[in-house]
Amino acid sequence: MSLLTPAIRPSVVARLNPVAKLAVALIVSCALLLSIDWVSAGVALLLEAVLLLWCGLSARQFWLRTAPVWIAAPLASITTILYGEDSGALLGQVGFISVTEGSAQLGLAIGLRVLAIGLPGIVLLATTDPTDLADGLAQVLRLPSRFVLGGLAGLRLVGMFIEDWHSLTLARRARGVGDGGGVQGAARRFFGPAFSLLVISVRRGSKLATAMEARGFGSDAPRTWARPSRVRPADAVLVGIGLAIAGIAIGVAVWAETWSFVLA
Amino acid sequence: MPETSPFTPAPGPKIRAAQIHARDWGWRHAGRHNQAVSRLDLHIEPGERVLLLGASGAGKSTLMHALAGVLGDAEDGDETGSLLIDGRRAAEARGRVGLVLQDPDSQVVLARVGDDVAFGCENLAVPRAEIWPRVRRALAEVGLDLPLDHPTSRLSGGQKQRLALAGVLAMQPGLLLLDEPTANLDPAGVIDVRDAVVRSLDQSGATFVVIEHRVEVWQDIVDRVIVLDAAGGVLADGATREILSSQAERLAQAGVWVPALPPRFPTRHPIGHPQTLLRAEALAVGRVPFGRRTASVIADAITLDVRAGTATVLTGPNGAGKSTLALTLAGLLAPAGGALRASDGFAAGINPQPHRWRSKQLLTRIGTVFQDPEHQFLAATVRDDLLIGPRALGLSPAEQTSRVDELMRRLRLDHLADANPFTLSGGEKRRMSVATVLATRPRLLVLDEPTFGQDSRTWQELLILLAELLDEGIALIAVTHDAQFVSALADEEYRLGLPDPITLATGAL
Repeated sequence: MSLLTPAIRPSVVARLNPVAKLAVALIVSCALLLSIDWVSAGVALLLEAVLLLWCGLSARQFWLRTAPVWIAAPLASITTILYGEDSGALLGQVGFISVTEGSAQLGLAIGLRVLAIGLPGIVLLATTDPTDLADGLAQVLRLPSRFVLGGLAGLRLVGMFIEDWHSLTLARRARGVGDGGGVQGAARRFFGPAFSLLVISVRRGSKLATAMEARGFGSDAPRTWARPSRVRPADAVLVGIGLAIAGIAIGVAVWAETWSFVLA
Repeated sequence: MPETSPFTPAPGPKIRAAQIHARDWGWRHAGRHNQAVSRLDLHIEPGERVLLLGASGAGKSTLMHALAGVLGDAEDGDETGSLLIDGRRAAEARGRVGLVLQDPDSQVVLARVGDDVAFGCENLAVPRAEIWPRVRRALAEVGLDLPLDHPTSRLSGGQKQRLALAGVLAMQPGLLLLDEPTANLDPAGVIDVRDAVVRSLDQSGATFVVIEHRVEVWQDIVDRVIVLDAAGGVLADGATREILSSQAERLAQAGVWVPALPPRFPTRHPIGHPQTLLRAEALAVGRVPFGRRTASVIADAITLDVRAGTATVLTGPNGAGKSTLALTLAGLLAPAGGALRASDGFAAGINPQPHRWRSKQLLTRIGTVFQDPEHQFLAATVRDDLLIGPRALGLSPAEQTSRVDELMRRLRLDHLADANPFTLSGGEKRRMSVATVLATRPRLLVLDEPTFGQDSRTWQELLILLAELLDEGIALIAVTHDAQFVSALADEEYRLGLPDPITLATGAL
């Protein structure tokens, strides 16, 4: 299991084209960012919850991966309830903290929004292999191959950062500057290795670029793709589902008269 | 790794071998005053196998990069004369030339073995239907018997180099270039890579040029040796045997490992009654993986004594935990189990467990030289870097200066006092990393692969220095694959066993 070769269980979602997944995540996000009300976010979340049953992640994986969203959502919600702009009836007050109907609704809307945007985004990306995503971006969306493959190859260097960082901190200890000095010392111990890491990474990156160039990469000549990235009917269905979720969420909110267009 | 592959691919096509023709060719890197290569006249016929030698700075790598067409354009440097491959400029001979470089880690492009080998074919616009048979054939040729979706992050150094070779072979180049392809590998990895090259050359008949300090690896495979002159042009050019004997002296001086002239071993004067500094009993060592709290054990049941004036070498295959053991003995990693204790005389009044020592308390007790010297450089100049240890000890400014000046003289670094450590050559970096450690006069020196990739001159200097330190009563622990290092210096050898190499690979996230 690693960043670049994640262990992805075969599932319906895992077989979908990454570009279609990206499109769905963007459609739902954009739709929910157009208004801040609890109905549209709630409806979208409800519809997504049904679909997440087929996401192909085990329960453990699901909770582990989405943990940040589950923590962020209530935090954002509570902060807004306590400190958000007041409107409507006053529900309670402690010192300068006041909770009103308006701020409670806003808090709920924001909490639900974080979940409704975050959960599908994380789940769709967790079932996507970076190499497949790059193939899709280059072959389906026709993004420049230099940019896409350069980024993909660069991503591999990230794994080496951790090794390098470990060695750099050990080396600092060995050289007598690994502890002490209070806050200043701690800051030095972070920025010192950070700079060395930067130097080492840049050099490794340029070596990698040479190795890629030596294998014919980077010219303007056309290239072929060993792994085809195809858009299948299932991908169209996925995008359709995304549009449907966005449409129903907006529709119900308008009908419930909670929709408030942020740009209006 | 089994030698034979379950799939026996159809033999690859005979390749049209490339011809190299250099006439008065030269290159100066942008921003540099001196020519990297100048006045080079060279003719290499299709199918020839050439070993390229020369002192460091003679421009061997520049020539290789030029042949591979990756030197860049007028912005990157000034070209003079002509360098042609099959009558065309090297930069335009795309796909005719394949280059494998020294560092295994910086040549892996993609995350899976099959995709990585296919990368070059894709860039050459090979039709998809033809790519995958080529990938399978190339992998079989280099003896990498792995599934196509095997993660490249789990490969050993030797496997990564064979993967890089496969990636190049799949492009079916008429000219195969190797720039010190085995310098960073253990002995088994060296043989694997060399055999893979020979298999593929016998099959394809491609022209072959290799740079390598360790002549013995390639001398039976190449039929011609070309020695570049640092002053420009070619110093010697001829049949392998002839050049290696007529130029032996000069090559050895330039740091080439000439089999006829092995470096001399230093003389040792062992001290009497060596005191025990460290004792490991049933020690288990391991690292804490990223994001975990407990160490995963790599090697255990280690019992050994480290004694003053005694050289202990840690040997064993890749992934056996040699470096982890060394870092644990050096007080940098906490033991994963068992006990590691310093003797009263060594601890001198502090906690007997080295990993509990403060960073400054380590300085006068244990010095560690890391495998990659760059990891331990801290300052912008050689002098400032060497002063860090003595300053941390709180020595007087006069004492700091005298120690550092003496060390720079002893390790021939004085002319580099104001240079940035990152800009030094490989041999200079190694000497510098040893100097940083010696500046605080530790009683135990721990070295991780001190002779990896070093030329014969640096090797000899390093061994003389280490022998002197041992004679002074300093204890030495060295992780090494270098059999000559072991026979020249080791008093005691500790061999680690062979665990499952897959679980120990680095670079995975």
